[in-house]
Amino acid sequence: MARRATQAISGGVYENLVHDSAHKHVSGAALYVDDIPEPPGLLHAAFGQSARAHARIKKLDLAPVRAAPGVVAVIAAGDVPGANNIGPVVADEPIFADGLVEFVGQSMFAVAARTLEETRRAARLAVVDYKDLKPILTVDQAMAAQSFVLPPHRMKRGDTRRALARAPHRLKRRLEMGGQEHFYLEGQVSLAVPAEDGDMVVYTSSQHPTEIQHLVAKALGLRDNAVTVEVRRMGGGFGGKETQAALFAVGAALLADKTGRPVKVCIDRDDDMVMTGKRHHFVTDYEVGFDDDGRILGIEFELAARCGMSADLSGAICDRAMFHSDNSYYLENAVIDSYRCKTNTVSDTAFRGFGGPQGMMGIEDAVDEIARYLVKDPLDVRRLNFYGTKDRNVTPYHMVVDDNIIGEIVDTLEASSDYRKRREAVKAFNSESPVLKKGIALTPLKFGIAFTATQMNQAGALVHVYTDGSVHLNHGGTEMGQGLLTKVAQIVAEEFQIDADRVKITATNTGKVPNTSPTAASSGTDLNGAAAQVAARTIRKRLASFAAEHYGVKAANVVFRANKVKVGRRTLAFEELVWEAYRARVSLSSTGYFRTPVIHYDRDKARGRPFRYFAYGAAVSEVIIDTLTGENKLLRADILHDAGKSINPTIDLGQVEGGFVQGMGWLTMEELWWDDAGRLMTHAPSTYKIPVASDVPADFRVQLLETGRNRTNVVYRSKAVGEPPLMLGISVFHAIKDAIASVGDYRFSPRLDSPATPERILMTVEALRARLSSAADDARAAE
Amino acid sequence: MGPKSRRREAQIGTIRFLLNDQVRELDAVDPNMTVLNYLRGVERKTGTKEGCAEGDCGACTVVLGQADGNRVRYRAVNACILFVPVLDGKQLITVEDLAAADGTPHPAQRAISELSGSQCGFCTPGFVMSLFALHASEPKPSRQRINDVLAGNLCRCTGYRPIIEAAQRMYGYGGGDRFAARQKETLKRLKALRRRGTLALEAKGRRYFAPTTLNEMARLCKAHPDACILAGGTDVGLWVTKEHRDLDILIYTGNVRELAKLKVANGHIDIGAAVTVTDAMDVIARHYPRFGELLRRFASVQIRNSGTIGGNVANGSPIGDSMPALIALGSSVVLRHGPRFREVPLDDFYLGYRETDLRPGEFVERVRVPVKSAARRFGAYKISKRFDQDISGVLGAYALELDGGQVRDIRICYGGMAAVPKRAVRCEKALIGQSWSDGAVARAMQALDADFQPLTDMRASADYRMLVAKNLLRKFWMETTNPGVGLDVVSYGS
Repeated sequence: MARRATQAISGGVYENLVHDSAHKHVSGAALYVDDIPEPPGLLHAAFGQSARAHARIKKLDLAPVRAAPGVVAVIAAGDVPGANNIGPVVADEPIFADGLVEFVGQSMFAVAARTLEETRRAARLAVVDYKDLKPILTVDQAMAAQSFVLPPHRMKRGDTRRALARAPHRLKRRLEMGGQEHFYLEGQVSLAVPAEDGDMVVYTSSQHPTEIQHLVAKALGLRDNAVTVEVRRMGGGFGGKETQAALFAVGAALLADKTGRPVKVCIDRDDDMVMTGKRHHFVTDYEVGFDDDGRILGIEFELAARCGMSADLSGAICDRAMFHSDNSYYLENAVIDSYRCKTNTVSDTAFRGFGGPQGMMGIEDAVDEIARYLVKDPLDVRRLNFYGTKDRNVTPYHMVVDDNIIGEIVDTLEASSDYRKRREAVKAFNSESPVLKKGIALTPLKFGIAFTATQMNQAGALVHVYTDGSVHLNHGGTEMGQGLLTKVAQIVAEEFQIDADRVKITATNTGKVPNTSPTAASSGTDLNGAAAQVAARTIRKRLASFAAEHYGVKAANVVFRANKVKVGRRTLAFEELVWEAYRARVSLSSTGYFRTPVIHYDRDKARGRPFRYFAYGAAVSEVIIDTLTGENKLLRADILHDAGKSINPTIDLGQVEGGFVQGMGWLTMEELWWDDAGRLMTHAPSTYKIPVASDVPADFRVQLLETGRNRTNVVYRSKAVGEPPLMLGISVFHAIKDAIASVGDYRFSPRLDSPATPERILMTVEALRARLSSAADDARAAE
Repeated sequence: MGPKSRRREAQIGTIRFLLNDQVRELDAVDPNMTVLNYLRGVERKTGTKEGCAEGDCGACTVVLGQADGNRVRYRAVNACILFVPVLDGKQLITVEDLAAADGTPHPAQRAISELSGSQCGFCTPGFVMSLFALHASEPKPSRQRINDVLAGNLCRCTGYRPIIEAAQRMYGYGGGDRFAARQKETLKRLKALRRRGTLALEAKGRRYFAPTTLNEMARLCKAHPDACILAGGTDVGLWVTKEHRDLDILIYTGNVRELAKLKVANGHIDIGAAVTVTDAMDVIARHYPRFGELLRRFASVQIRNSGTIGGNVANGSPIGDSMPALIALGSSVVLRHGPRFREVPLDDFYLGYRETDLRPGEFVERVRVPVKSAARRFGAYKISKRFDQDISGVLGAYALELDGGQVRDIRICYGGMAAVPKRAVRCEKALIGQSWSDGAVARAMQALDADFQPLTDMRASADYRMLVAKNLLRKFWMETTNPGVGLDVVSYGS
């Protein structure tokens, strides 16, 4: 070890460096926005919310709010100096409702008071006179009313009508999938501090500081350069802080501007769950035609998403659902129609996978239905339909899949998980067990990496080397727990060949790196890692050419290795060279800029190469269900995931495990439930249940693909890993479906919707039993 | 109230507790202030986080040390719904306190950090504190026990695997707990803080009493019939954090010696109203393993460490976990009013939605549960979306006495099926005197249609509730008649 230490740096790429904040997490020293020492004069703010799903505001009497103890300021729609809007793409979402409320929980006004308790109490005192309008709450209602936030969109390849007409078998199905609450443990929070010239500094928990900067500036009627936004870390994001942090940041800034005092918005969990968007609820209808072996000949999808009251990111989310309606399968003839339904519910938003999970659930349902119809092992039908490597490799959006390794991954996992033997064991168990039933399923994963909005695929970084050889690293990526800042620091350490602990990780700040994209689409490391690499290389090159000139050697003979620099036959400590370079007036600071090459997409034609590459993976899940109650349990999960050549295998494994469990939660116990008036009744952890420790299978075998290496030249040949593993959770849903199917001796397919709560499982079991007995009646009648 | 007693109530207005190893004396503390707000707002110790302010996520987990015989007992609780005056006489330990003076982390901290058990880190202090309490009180646990200990801590990032491993690995580092090393000294200091008489506080127009004797408790309740009686506060806390109510007079049961007792005598388990679920669990499980299993899934360790059986019963929620089992077993409550007391069968105690037979000034003194008998079979099943730390959609409890193959007596009670925990009278009637058979059970299942008209809400639909209520009876029948058949998903494979 000691010898190695002299030859290599500690914390370079491919190493299992511990998360840079781990020691601060465990000691309570990591500062989140609400932990920042409170500035003098701080006010706390809260929002007044709509109690109705759809209504005209006839009168909004804020006098009782203003008169409440401790209240310093109250603002509503008329008090916004700039634009009363936080819609990120379409200007269709007011900061404060202006005469019309469109969901329960919509912000109508904000109040600032001396204490948090005072402001929360005051926010409840407004007297509102509503004139109720008819709300649209469900996808079916929206489709009937043709109520959309954005126009429908179609993707198309081949001649699907003809393929369906000629197919030996056809199935028509509907699958309904509930949404999902992000349940980041740290709720939405922002602290706005007024500065001179009317400038504003905002500390926030956001995946998109640049957007917060823009929206605060617009609301205040300022230029972007008057607003600085800083994010050190989030207590979880998962997409829920991509656009959804804006309301709270803007509200804090407006009140800070009005009062001239710092204002903090730290909203209560229940309010957070009611006021902020979630994963989209989808209703997917499809018709699929296939041959006797189960090969898909043609498929038509209709994906209807419940978007809520505004567009938010629904356009791109629904597009991504369409892009993933193939998952790993070759669809020669496909039509994919997408409807973006406007409903009187909170505007749904980004959530890990960004529509991809819903898209995949549709095609996985189709493949599973085909297998059950043909009474085949679903894995065989899946494999039969996999993309080819040389042919059968064009997606419904006409992109060639040129890095397909799904076959290899599934073959490996099938063997390592003992899938076939266990399937037999499951059947044997079920034939002996009258009440408890087991099920098993293997599902594949192919996920496209890049923002599908091409202009977002760019990133910047800023690297300083100080004269003592220590490095200051900054870039546009934000840390929400995924280890991004650690991985980018490893890249910079590797470039300079210095220990990672010499690289200072710093808060994301719009004043340091401007015009950034959100940390989203799994792109954090691909983009920001590459930008930081460029910045570090720029400085390293300057150091190298200085050394070459100064010591009279060829630039090629300047080698950075293990905290040292070899300059010809001379060896200097890194900091010695840095100091010499400084004295010689060499710039030791650089920006770095990266834009993703190759990608392009013509949305009007639904054709192009929206993704730079694909990430792959597969999972096998085995479950047990109780056919008297619907209770269920995941017994074992085997996962093989492709993270390319992982920059930090431990961190990436954490993404895989965490993503899988989150996906399992979405499809099993996590249920959002609205009442008939459009009120979300599952608005706290007491009623909305995310997985806990006991839900993680006792037998959990998770591996990164050892031979993983990105065929595309992504930074250090790694692959993005943030979102894809969530979709490995689909295997749990299909294992449950398989367990239910055993009740009908695998002769009928259970029509299971998501989430597969105990209730939905039991009701599906009951429906299957009813079909069984009516089939038996029919058989008797026929005799 | 005479001038004498008023003087007595006003005798001490200061609470004293150990914050880590320093004595804190607070006067004029608002009785409605939570420990979490105190830590973050007053002490500016921000390591302890607010995740939900309702005791469900565990991000606010802190540990309370209490003198217990010749040792200090460390238990994890939710700071977000714990009122500050409850700290009186206890030790409060937070995540900032665990490392040694030289900065060496506690084994729980080291293990979580080394195993990458933190990602975003927001839940981490809570997990650290749960593991700290575990490390301080138990030898290396099984996976099942770890699941139980962590059921009250939500993590949205890691998928828990590394945290579960950390719970085991922390035992391999050997020692490292500075609180264990100083236990004797701490014990002495805690004993010095112990209060003999009633603690009476007044601040911000709110009053708080913590009597130490049953008579004093009875006197205070009678004198303040509109007071809110505070036991574990695991529901009352939410009235403050979520409903923003002012609880102007609180009377705390936790210091009353008689109420903290649990006795098994004269054919009954007598559970004092201040006995925590944690403390009641083992005894109950010895008599009724199925009831014990129910309590293992009763909320979380943090809630069970604060919450009491008496509070669960007195609170009277239609979906409280303990009452259906207690009612099926024929339990009763002893109610106290001034010097008088009366015993009421628990099934007569509930009058309507969150409405009980408690009269003004009266309080629950004990819950009396008949001890196990060889003749009686008992089963209880909780159905929820998540196994751990969830509120039941339906909970069925069954106490059966057979005479040969015939049902001599059966008591059936459901939670989640009506506005109160309620016996299935028609269903019971359909079974009593019948043979304990498939056919009789099928008829009794149908009788449930006449017993209940359940609601549809976010936990379950009316149809599902009814179907499951019926199926649970079938399950109980199968369990009693065919023990070889696998019926339990919860414990399957463990």
